[in-house]
Amino acid sequence: MLTTETKNEILAELAHSETNRMACIEALKIAQREHGWVSDEDLCEVARLLDLTPDEVDGVATFYNLIRRRPVGRNVILLCASVSCWVMGYVQLRARLLQVLGVELGQTTEDGRFTVLENQCLGACDHAPALMINDDLYHDVDPEQLGDILAKYA
Amino acid sequence: MAAFNQQSNPDQRPLTAKIQPDGRALSLKDCEAAGGYRAVRRALGTMAPGDVTQLVKDSGLRGRGGAGFPTGPKWSFVPMGDNAPRPKYLVVNADEMEPGTFKDRLLLEGDPHQLIEGVILAAYAIQADISYIFLRGEYVLAEQRLATAIAEARGAGLIGKNILGTDYSLEVHLHTSAGRYICGEETALINALEGRRANPRSKPPFPQVCGLRGKPTIVNNVETLCNLPHIVNNGTEWFKGLSLTPNGGTKIYGVSGKVKRPGLWELPMGTTARTILEEHAGGMRDGLKLRAIIPGGASTDFLLESQLDVAMDFDTVAKAGSRMGTGTMIVLDDQTCPVGMVHNLMRFFASESCGWCTPCREGLPWVEKILEAMERGEGQPGDLEQLSRHVTALGMGLTYCALAPGAMEPLGSGLKHFRDDFERHIRDKRCGWS
Ligand SMILES: Cc1cc2nc3c(=O)[nH]c(=O)nc-3n(C[C@H](O)[C@H](O)[C@H](O)COP(=O)(O)O)c2cc1C
Ligand code: SF4
Repeated sequence: MLTTETKNEILAELAHSETNRMACIEALKIAQREHGWVSDEDLCEVARLLDLTPDEVDGVATFYNLIRRRPVGRNVILLCASVSCWVMGYVQLRARLLQVLGVELGQTTEDGRFTVLENQCLGACDHAPALMINDDLYHDVDPEQLGDILAKYA
Repeated sequence: MAAFNQQSNPDQRPLTAKIQPDGRALSLKDCEAAGGYRAVRRALGTMAPGDVTQLVKDSGLRGRGGAGFPTGPKWSFVPMGDNAPRPKYLVVNADEMEPGTFKDRLLLEGDPHQLIEGVILAAYAIQADISYIFLRGEYVLAEQRLATAIAEARGAGLIGKNILGTDYSLEVHLHTSAGRYICGEETALINALEGRRANPRSKPPFPQVCGLRGKPTIVNNVETLCNLPHIVNNGTEWFKGLSLTPNGGTKIYGVSGKVKRPGLWELPMGTTARTILEEHAGGMRDGLKLRAIIPGGASTDFLLESQLDVAMDFDTVAKAGSRMGTGTMIVLDDQTCPVGMVHNLMRFFASESCGWCTPCREGLPWVEKILEAMERGEGQPGDLEQLSRHVTALGMGLTYCALAPGAMEPLGSGLKHFRDDFERHIRDKRCGWS
């Protein structure tokens, strides 16, 4: 169930959108802010608000990387996998990160604290390797510093 | 804020002249004091829309999004006059997802008003009613700064109804993307703005005539638009004079990989790759040798060390067998496995294919699997022929968009330049580098 606040935010987005469909991606992003992902139930509510069918909205939701249709942890780590980071030590960073958290790529830690996903180029190539946690960008990441970085997120 | 080295005279680097060393963005007031929005006042006050297009044509400005398409001629396909379909759109491509590319981030975070001024000028030239800035979702700081700058500009009457008291009106909206490399392809971007799956569209019709919501639409890159205020202020001869070659202006070049000082520099168009790498990026880290570069983002052909004297502009890099692309180069050193690097690139393209065309959807994962097996020591005789067949089958003109042919550029050139490394992987049944 989306909160009234979320629904109002979606309706506000809709009000200044040229068409309902053009608000679809933004509406999904707003809905996702509640739990970090979009459940079937939330998706149907977005569809109702936009006057689109749930299938139409799901077609959009499943196309885009930053819309998630499966549960994620409280914090989402996007590990940059693109070529500059690969040259600068992505493989070692990934190995250390997954070891520290005890998960595989795409998985969530048992305590629900972190989900680790790969992301293509974060555009921080001059300071590779890079990763993002939620909205925070970290660059020149030394695998040995990971503990300090992760400690900031509850 | 992206790293940025300010060495040269600000007159020689107009795009980055107002970017502050401490990384903060200028407010509208400070920006105007430094010359911001002068070009808008001049164009809207004294130039007809067609004059702006003609000026940009005469300047020879070419698109900085990767393909180098001439900007003025592109605009001139837009229907003009009272009978033109409405609304018309000017869309900013701020998707910047090409691996190894981080130049637009600098312009977006460092001087958002410069982009907005460029937007107004381009929109005025084609008489657009609405502009969308399509920004990748991960650029959170750029989003905040653009939102602030748009609000400031609207408050000052620089965007909105009757700009600066003229009869020209323009709405500017910021759209943040939800991810996927293909969104940067201009027709896919238009579908994304329409709230659809971001598959590209079949061309023709071209967006200039039939784009967003079926209306005339111009899509331009961030860096392209940032050049406009300076061309309007200083003229075409000045613009051409900034460059060392016939492709006018400056270029924001970047270097990533194991060099001493990775970063971005605004330099005269046509600066050689060697100068950028050695003088600006400080050469290779101690103990490493440069083996090759990918000159302009993931979808450009490798150039070998012996080719580094190439002038980095659209025409010269093309003659050397590659493309300038985004002008941000990725360095391959002599202790990094070229097969592994190509594998990383193919993994990227395979995961980002939108799935519309069979050769791209089926071919890229196949290529990825062959290279992965090779890296694991399970390469087979015949693999290289199989890879070469893909380079042909996914080539230019065989798919709806340039993602697949772009992917084949590092693969085809990698097979040519690093043949021994590929063969050794198969023969020795291992990657000797890891
Ligand atoms: C797969 C693919 C991805 C692209 N990504 C971008 C991008 O992120 N930014 C960009 O400006 N152009 C990108 N382009 C190029 C655009 O389609 C388009 O040519 C460009 O935005 C035009 O702007 P310009 O004329 O100012 O260069 C991409 C093209 C392809 C085929
Ligand atoms: S080439 Fe690939 S990405 Fe481009 S339209 Fe075809 S399937 Fe989609």
